[in-house]
Amino acid sequence: MIKNKNEFKKNTFMPFVVLGDPNKENSKKIIKKLVENGADALELGFAFSDPVADGPVIQLANKRVLDKNNSTKNNFEIIQNIRSYSNIPISLMLSYNLALAFGLENFYKKCSELKINGLLFPDIPVEENKDINYFSKKYKINQVYLIATNSNEERIKKISKFARGYIYLVSTLGTTGMRNEIDKTIKTKIKQIKKYTNLPIYVGFGISKPTHVQNVLEMGADGAICGSSFCKIIENNLNDDYLMIKNIGVFCRKMSQSTNAKIKKNKVGDY
Amino acid sequence: MKNYYGNFGGMFVPEMMVTPLKKINEEFEKIKNDKKFKKELNYLLKEFVGRPTPLYFAKNFSKDIGCKIYLKREDLLHSGAHKINNTLGQALLAKKIGAKEIIAETGAGQHGVATAIAGSIVKLPVKIFMGEKDIERQKMNVYRMKLFGAKVIPATSGSKTLKDAVNEALRYYLANSKKSYYLIGSVVGPMPYPKIVRHFQKIISKETKKQILKKEKKLPTYIIACVGGGSNAIGSFDSFINKKINLIGVEAGGDNIKHGKTLSKGTIGVFQGTKSYVLQNSDGQIQEAHSISAGLDYPGVGPIHAYLKDSTKANYFSVTDDEATNALEYLCKSEGILPALESAHGIAYVLQNKKKFRKNDLVIITVSGRGDKDVAQLLESDKI
Repeated sequence: MIKNKNEFKKNTFMPFVVLGDPNKENSKKIIKKLVENGADALELGFAFSDPVADGPVIQLANKRVLDKNNSTKNNFEIIQNIRSYSNIPISLMLSYNLALAFGLENFYKKCSELKINGLLFPDIPVEENKDINYFSKKYKINQVYLIATNSNEERIKKISKFARGYIYLVSTLGTTGMRNEIDKTIKTKIKQIKKYTNLPIYVGFGISKPTHVQNVLEMGADGAICGSSFCKIIENNLNDDYLMIKNIGVFCRKMSQSTNAKIKKNKVGDY
Repeated sequence: MKNYYGNFGGMFVPEMMVTPLKKINEEFEKIKNDKKFKKELNYLLKEFVGRPTPLYFAKNFSKDIGCKIYLKREDLLHSGAHKINNTLGQALLAKKIGAKEIIAETGAGQHGVATAIAGSIVKLPVKIFMGEKDIERQKMNVYRMKLFGAKVIPATSGSKTLKDAVNEALRYYLANSKKSYYLIGSVVGPMPYPKIVRHFQKIISKETKKQILKKEKKLPTYIIACVGGGSNAIGSFDSFINKKINLIGVEAGGDNIKHGKTLSKGTIGVFQGTKSYVLQNSDGQIQEAHSISAGLDYPGVGPIHAYLKDSTKANYFSVTDDEATNALEYLCKSEGILPALESAHGIAYVLQNKKKFRKNDLVIITVSGRGDKDVAQLLESDKI
């Protein structure tokens, strides 16, 4: 954590993809395309064999990656590649077991070397955060936490105490995946959270249209996270790399532009 | 909430699940010693399910091994297995919480059947998640669940077995925790489930202790039970922990290459909400288990067993698919009892380790379920 300066800003569009999807080389190209098309920050997932919080689309993305025997080492190589051309804020999202298997301290050390800005274990609630709280401080990695629509005020207060970087507000009860509408009740949740933290609030789960991005910003959020839609573009274009990467760029640009009226500049090298 | 057994256990779940789990824990703590609740559950266990189950002296088996062997006959329970001890308790809890439906996972189908029955008793609709592969090999239990009015939902992801059924049930629960109660069938998953399931299964050892003291005027030297997730084993061990009694859990050795030896071959990890031993690769990806018995075909194990193993309060071994199948046949012919393939693992352990037992040993094996459900599978496999 750098005091007084948070890399995670307001008015943010943060795309999510699974590292190594659909394969290592195309994954690098896809991520570069996101960076070039207005992504303000990246959320990158590590494929896991049993992703409990993921809906069918991201489950399939996980499977595509694991079927190619992708490893944690490969994931770090892809991140290394991103760091060769951009300092865009990167947040990693992965099941805790993968970090445990790597060695928890080693994992944080590696994140620190790669200038990872945020780290989110969706299966670690604050009740289980003793170890990650220790290492995130030691290695100065922003530990990101989920807040859900059923988290009460007492929990929000507790989570806010530990959270760094940004708050990941889960828009709905359920798994990741595209939804037609974003639940309007998150507006009150956002207000509630703002009582306890100044961190930017990014809304995820269900965000799949430019209007969703506008909606959540209007409801007081500081950003939107979108994953399944990108994974779906990959899934739909497995036989055409060119189209896959092109469509990723077009969609990212559209989503990103809906965070504000002005058209964003090409981000490469801006950091 | 006491969340850990030594280093094991915990509540490794997404934030969306924390509030519902805490509510379940609160309600459970409130009612577990409530007189009315206990009376209702005890009545059902006695009059509906048929408790206490006999502790049967297996005369011929004893002669073959050369020591006294008793069988704890959970196979005689209504529904055919120990699973119903837990499902009735949790179904009453679900009703108390005000749930509108019950969901559950199942491997062999015994827990699914027991949940479907419990759902009929408390008048709540039941949805059962079951791996596609298990649906295929346990057709009869699938049909039984449907007879009791449950809806069976196939889990088509991953290995299409118990672990994937748990994943699907967890995903469903994430979205529906307001109306659904997730009735977990083993001492696995996040807290408070290991605690709750142990509470409802410990009646097995409570009865056994009373029965053996009456029959033999002494405590046993061995308690043996099969371990998948580990609910019948915990139930069988509970009253005998810290009593210098050999507690032995028998895992699925599979075909020796693919297996379900989570405690003997696994490493520590976090899987499906709990920290315990897990079958995983060096990256932390969960490996597929294998066993001829669907109920032991699981790459995780309850955190209490992980704790008992590491503190050497219990020991864990395995037998292969073939050894279990032979033991099933042996018990049929020698004692006239058809055990479930799962339970046959406990029998097989004794047959395989005959030399280990001395004349003065007093051995109790839990026959956690009956083998009627396995007949079709055995017939098709041509193993016997």
